[in-house]
Amino acid sequence: MNLNDLLKHTSEWLKGSGPHSDIVLSSRIRLARNLDKIPFPHWANKKQAEAVLNQVEEAISKIDYLRKSKCFRLAELDGIDKQFLVERHLVSYEHTQKTDYKAVVIDEDEILAIMINEEDHLRIQVMQSGFNLFEAWNIISQIDDALAKELNFAFTSEWGYLTACPTNTGTGMRASVMLHLPALVMTRQINRVLSAVAKLSFTTRGLYGEGTQATGNLFQISNQVSLGHSEIEIIENLSGLIRQVIEQENQARQTMLNRNWAMIEDRVNRSLGILKSAHIISSQETLELLSMVRMGCDLGIIKNINRSIINELFIITQPAHLQKIENKKLSTEERDIKRANLIREKLIGK
Amino acid sequence: MLCGICGKNQATVHLTEIIDDQVSELHLCEECARQKSAEMEQQFSLGDLLGGLAEFEKPPKDLETVSLKCSNCGLSYTDFKKIGRLGCSECYFTFKKYLGPLLKRIHGSSTHYGKSPFISIKVSQKKPELLQQLRARLQRAIEMEAFEEAAKIRDQIKELEKKILDNHKQKE
Repeated sequence: MNLNDLLKHTSEWLKGSGPHSDIVLSSRIRLARNLDKIPFPHWANKKQAEAVLNQVEEAISKIDYLRKSKCFRLAELDGIDKQFLVERHLVSYEHTQKTDYKAVVIDEDEILAIMINEEDHLRIQVMQSGFNLFEAWNIISQIDDALAKELNFAFTSEWGYLTACPTNTGTGMRASVMLHLPALVMTRQINRVLSAVAKLSFTTRGLYGEGTQATGNLFQISNQVSLGHSEIEIIENLSGLIRQVIEQENQARQTMLNRNWAMIEDRVNRSLGILKSAHIISSQETLELLSMVRMGCDLGIIKNINRSIINELFIITQPAHLQKIENKKLSTEERDIKRANLIREKLIGK
Repeated sequence: MLCGICGKNQATVHLTEIIDDQVSELHLCEECARQKSAEMEQQFSLGDLLGGLAEFEKPPKDLETVSLKCSNCGLSYTDFKKIGRLGCSECYFTFKKYLGPLLKRIHGSSTHYGKSPFISIKVSQKKPELLQQLRARLQRAIEMEAFEEAAKIRDQIKELEKKILDNHKQKE
């Protein structure tokens, strides 16, 4: 497997399947783990960082479940490849900066990604399509157990897993769910919902994580607190909250439909019309229009487009994906043309 | 549209800033956007924030604390305050006195309830019976400020964890 192979198939988490996949795109869990007594990546010298990288790689190679995974060293990748991994949610943006002794291990279906020497020695991540946090937990917990047999993780019974940043101490776990909430945005209720989320100590971010604006009406909600509650409790609490947000979005969709069916139908079909006929289109406009079309699919206004195609378009119309597909560097203007071509190809087959 | 800062290049980055409900929009070219983002990072980092929290909790004025250094990795308390990150797992023991209250401020608790490298939790067996029960009891005891009771439960948990750990080692 090399990075180009990833282009040939759709990541597991974009399949548009799984519970509540009309509103929930994906569920993700990550665990932060560190090797006992060895300086954390930001504080380690070159020799120590290299030793961690080798030790973790070796441990991973011994685990059956990870046999089909592949390790990429970030320093060996070019700029487009690094951005490509960020766009696919396989590494963080931070992981692509100062790349010495950093690596990522990815499995074939892109369910699993392990970043080595990011903020912590290991950042293990499992992604699932739809609202599926418990399944993600079962997978990641098994991988974590297997790794714990090979590696000496920093842990105390009082404070749990010890991490570089005290905001991750304890379970070292961040569970997050990516939601598509167009109706809450259109009915201007989103701020009310998001401030309620914040009051309950959960965080909201955009499609590409910390500090990004919510484009395409996509929101990631995750836990903030990692100490004082067990993993299962945190997942249960987050799930309860997500169920309520789904309920609110569904209600908002119904209200909109009841009040103004013609307006929604018009907006959805116009969006599809632009996507099918544009020859130049920006990334921002693409995300906004795709969001409307996706909602149109959910509401039965659009019948012959599969949701997984829309999910896939959210990602493959991003700058590095376009350049990877074209296999060369493209300017902003060239990307806007290529993006429009790709969308037409996917939606009408030409 | 031209870049709002240099006025020369085409604006391709659109930034929305929200400060106290005041929304302002900036349209920038790629180069100016890069500069602006570097500026924003400089203005505010997690390190500052955490350092500030640590300070708020207990301003260590005595020389002993200021010069406190982790013997394993060499990170000082002053370093931690500056970068907001610890140097290694041993730092947690070196700075224990200050980290306990800090963790409590961040998470609302300074006691771990969850899996350990020796005990795995599966969803199918939602609360691995005894240990989870004990942990729940411990939490209740702490909430009710029944510290003697809490200490007893604490010891039981430790003992049980040790047993599980020993089992684990024997198997290997």
